Amino acid sequence: MYKLEVNNIIKNFASRRVLRKVSFSLQTGDSLAVVGKNGSGKTTLLKVIAGLIRASKGTVAYSGPNGKLSRDELQSSLSYVGPEMTLYDALTAEENLKFFATMRGLAWHLEESDKLLSKMGLNGRGRDKYGAYSSGMKQRLKCAVALLNEPHYLFLDEPTSNLDEDGKQIVGDIIERQKENGILIIATNEQKEYGLAEKLYQLDD
Amino acid sequence: MPKNSISLMTKAFAVLKKDMQCEFRTRYALNAIMLFGITTLTVVSFSVGQKNLPAEVHAALFWIIIFFSAMSGLAQVFIREEEAKTSTVLRLTASPTAVYIGKLTFNLFLLFFLELIISPLFILMTDVEVRNILLLATVLALGAIGLAGATTLIAAIISKSGAKGALFSVLSFPILLPLLMGAIKATTVAFSDTGGGFSDVSSELQLLISYGVIMITASLLLFEYVWEE
Amino acid sequence: MWWKILTFIAMCWVIVAAFSYPAPQQQIGEASRIFYFHVPQAWVSVLAFLTSMIYSIKYLYKGNLVDDDRARAAGELGLVFCILATITGSIFAKITWHSYWNWDPRETSIFILLLIYGAYFGLRSAIEDPERKAKLAAVYAIFAFITVPFLVFIVPRVMPSLHPSDTIIDESSKEGLSMTTRMIFYPALASFSVLFFWMMDLARKVHTRERQTQEDSLS
Repeated sequence: MYKLEVNNIIKNFASRRVLRKVSFSLQTGDSLAVVGKNGSGKTTLLKVIAGLIRASKGTVAYSGPNGKLSRDELQSSLSYVGPEMTLYDALTAEENLKFFATMRGLAWHLEESDKLLSKMGLNGRGRDKYGAYSSGMKQRLKCAVALLNEPHYLFLDEPTSNLDEDGKQIVGDIIERQKENGILIIATNEQKEYGLAEKLYQLDD
Repeated sequence: MPKNSISLMTKAFAVLKKDMQCEFRTRYALNAIMLFGITTLTVVSFSVGQKNLPAEVHAALFWIIIFFSAMSGLAQVFIREEEAKTSTVLRLTASPTAVYIGKLTFNLFLLFFLELIISPLFILMTDVEVRNILLLATVLALGAIGLAGATTLIAAIISKSGAKGALFSVLSFPILLPLLMGAIKATTVAFSDTGGGFSDVSSELQLLISYGVIMITASLLLFEYVWEE
Repeated sequence: MWWKILTFIAMCWVIVAAFSYPAPQQQIGEASRIFYFHVPQAWVSVLAFLTSMIYSIKYLYKGNLVDDDRARAAGELGLVFCILATITGSIFAKITWHSYWNWDPRETSIFILLLIYGAYFGLRSAIEDPERKAKLAAVYAIFAFITVPFLVFIVPRVMPSLHPSDTIIDESSKEGLSMTTRMIFYPALASFSVLFFWMMDLARKVHTRERQTQEDSLS
């Protein structure tokens, strides 16, 4: 059983308070949709939870079956996909996958790349450079990288942006699988995606 | 899938390989560093090339060229990750130590390459006579290790600040001063007519070695704090 | 409270005694009195660097922004004392060695310290996010401090020293400081040090208050 506890998170940027005392707790099997207008702090919240930004005040606690997760344990059980990140433009999709798999400590083979790529609807495009991908294909490859470590915690920031119907279907599958096996948080401002998660957290300005 | 079957060094090597691949396909840092090096070398050669300058001056000019060329390119390893927004995924997936070792090695290769091109050209264009080539090679190697060791962490620091390019040399210069002083002193001996050997500069060489070792150790300890968040 | 009064008395004693008590030095005359102010200033600029580094380490361990306020306050005062030491040292150098600047090892060291302080605040001003600013500045302060032993080793080897140990002191006691000198010099060192920590605490309070006011205005 994995848990995530977010306690009174406050985040100030230079002259603006973006997050005011955000608190919730989730455990394996839970899914949460963070919703709010543009600029309400959805991305900031996800980044704080993923450990990419340090909160001004408050804590984020992760625990697994053996108690509090160490830094390394957390890193290997967490994935995040957001619009403000990219993979390496100069590398091909296969090279990108292989690189991040190595970073994750996985022995990686070409067949596994093929399998993952076809799952994401990118079969046959593995030798193309990431920089030459369309934005929808980029989004799919970013999701593929996020799935490498079979994360217990998966955070998706606007996962369906730039995706066509097939892409949305693929992301929908990812979301369903994550809801069974782990913890999922998605940030979105599309009404029809509110239903993708069981719980709702409304951020207001 | 077998988990965590890959050692730290393999990961560090993967970071290095990835940076090399990106570098060879874009030549971002290499162009900056080589063009800067050759331009400054040309200016130096135009102004003092045929004059019979003392060894101290040649040694100082040589290290000024190396220092400023290094300043123009060594920060790219981290600036590129931040500007292309690739640092997020790297931060989420990679161990900080592997990232640091990979980037340090990449910068070290850049510096070795720079020295390999600049040193013979400098010797040709300024008519300086090298009396002790082995000593010069040793100083160059140790100098590159110290330079890369100290500046890689600073590159990581400035890649997260607002004024990237300008800050790099401002932050690096005071930290590199002991290294530059030691390297210039030892290079002077390698250039001088009196023909000094290793024994004349043993304490400078000790300084260069210990500087490299300590700066790299300190960077390994501190890098996590710079890289995370 | 008692230590503030004690510092006040010691400061008064140092100022009055330095100008009236020791006989003018033989070669440089009345100018030798600057010693009682210049050396403590140089000492404080190093002490401030050390203090800043210690609080930087503490910040990285505990993550409490008050420690960053302390490191910053120590750095600011260190910069002020470093500038003062450079100016007084330069005047001293003009009178003793007939030139304002000579790249003597200690001049070089204080100049490098000045560069480090400048770089530290240059870095701070280039980062907006308070947590990130605190963390990166702390790392830089620690990293810069590590180079100090190397400087202590290499600078005197490259720069020939001019700082004679006996220009300030009267001829009779070349081995060390005379009793009169000690009676003024040690209180000067002590009171400058206490004054530094006192000022640092005041500056720290201002920084903390400033930060809190800004945070309160946001909520």
